[in-house]
Amino acid sequence: MDVLTHNWSLYGKGLLGTVELTVFASLLALVLGVIMAGFRVAPVGSLRTFGTVWVTVLRNTPLTLLFFAVLLGLPRFGLVLPFDVFAILALGCYTSAFICEAVRSGINTVPVGQGEAARSLGMTFAQTLGTVVLPQAFRTVIPPVGSTLIALAKNSAIAGSFSVVELLGTYKTLNELGYSIIWSFLWIAVGYLIVTLTISALFNVLEKRWGVAR
Amino acid sequence: MAGDALIEMRRVNKYYGKLHVLQDIDLTVGRGEVVVVIGPSGSGKSTLCRTINRLEPIHSGTITLDGHPLPEEGRELARLRADVGMVFQSFNLFAHKTVLANITLAPLKVRRSGKEAAERRARELLDRVGLASQADKYPAQLSGGQQQRVAIARALAMEPKALLFDEPTSALDPEMINEVLEVMRQLAQEGMTMVVVTHEMGFARSAANRVVFMADGAIVEDRTPEEFFTHPESDRAKDFLSKILKH
Repeated sequence: MDVLTHNWSLYGKGLLGTVELTVFASLLALVLGVIMAGFRVAPVGSLRTFGTVWVTVLRNTPLTLLFFAVLLGLPRFGLVLPFDVFAILALGCYTSAFICEAVRSGINTVPVGQGEAARSLGMTFAQTLGTVVLPQAFRTVIPPVGSTLIALAKNSAIAGSFSVVELLGTYKTLNELGYSIIWSFLWIAVGYLIVTLTISALFNVLEKRWGVAR
Repeated sequence: MAGDALIEMRRVNKYYGKLHVLQDIDLTVGRGEVVVVIGPSGSGKSTLCRTINRLEPIHSGTITLDGHPLPEEGRELARLRADVGMVFQSFNLFAHKTVLANITLAPLKVRRSGKEAAERRARELLDRVGLASQADKYPAQLSGGQQQRVAIARALAMEPKALLFDEPTSALDPEMINEVLEVMRQLAQEGMTMVVVTHEMGFARSAANRVVFMADGAIVEDRTPEEFFTHPESDRAKDFLSKILKH
């Protein structure tokens, strides 16, 4: 029990690190995911191919391997960034593949006639997608996107193995200080619950406000 | 009329897999002309209508609109589509937008009209189709007939050169069909160029300049409504008319 009260600042820093990773990687994943979903339904073949390759590669690579590739690989090509930025890149790109597929399934729930009507009025593909299809798809993808972002929050733990300050990584310090493993982990778990339940609550609100009533 | 063709289809062919849905279609629609396309289901009449603004691509042949051949998918095609309105069987009003926003969306995005001008025009059009009081409702709050009239107003807001109607009354309750046909009749009288795929023989008789009868992917007859309904030439048309005009 004392683990928490004696190590407020350590836990606090860890939690803050996890929150930062989650927020920034989520934003990146959402932006990239929506763009890739647009690519995958675009009338231009090369964009569709790009989207498909993006999803296939990222969705089928173990996240740890992706971290290795980004954190150890990119510096070899002269791209040197702080480790937490690399971690956000890896997490965000990885999750964007799942967001893309969730958004695409949402796009598929919008009746074809909606897009046809927009096109018949002279709207371009981008206008049709942006003003007619995506706003309607958005309502159905709120639940799966919420799940994906919760997974992202938990996946952020991997960054701890790459010397990024985050919640799970605090156990090493606590262990060296001789605290009970069980209590250390219990409080770490509570920290993750705070993050994930916040995401759940946020998406519940979104769903109440925007979700499709059935 | 012959010198002023707005829509021209020449030797147009289209296949769905092995099915030859459009067979060597030749059709000219003059400016201000109202052409009604009728025929049994599966005859390709809806497909014909949808090829005119390239919602369905064709395999061979040419389609020209006001002298311009239909371009490939892209900005050029979008510009051309803006000049050809389309009214669908299932209305296809944007479900997440109000009636007013449905009508102003394309003028704002495509024509880059000012918001005020677009809304003023939209209200005029709503008034014209008899729905001035419904501007702030969502499509789901309207009856089918009202939705279809909004869809016509939405197409008119782009000031199109021609309007395509793809079975505009087939999804409507019988009592709502007339309110839609009445709006279409008015448009026809005002000189709008129209291609109308329909099963409404009364409309074909009263509003059409020409009736095109299709069967099995080909145009079988192309004549004035008077001639077609009183003296159909082909057996296929006689058979069709005997089945639908009896009751």
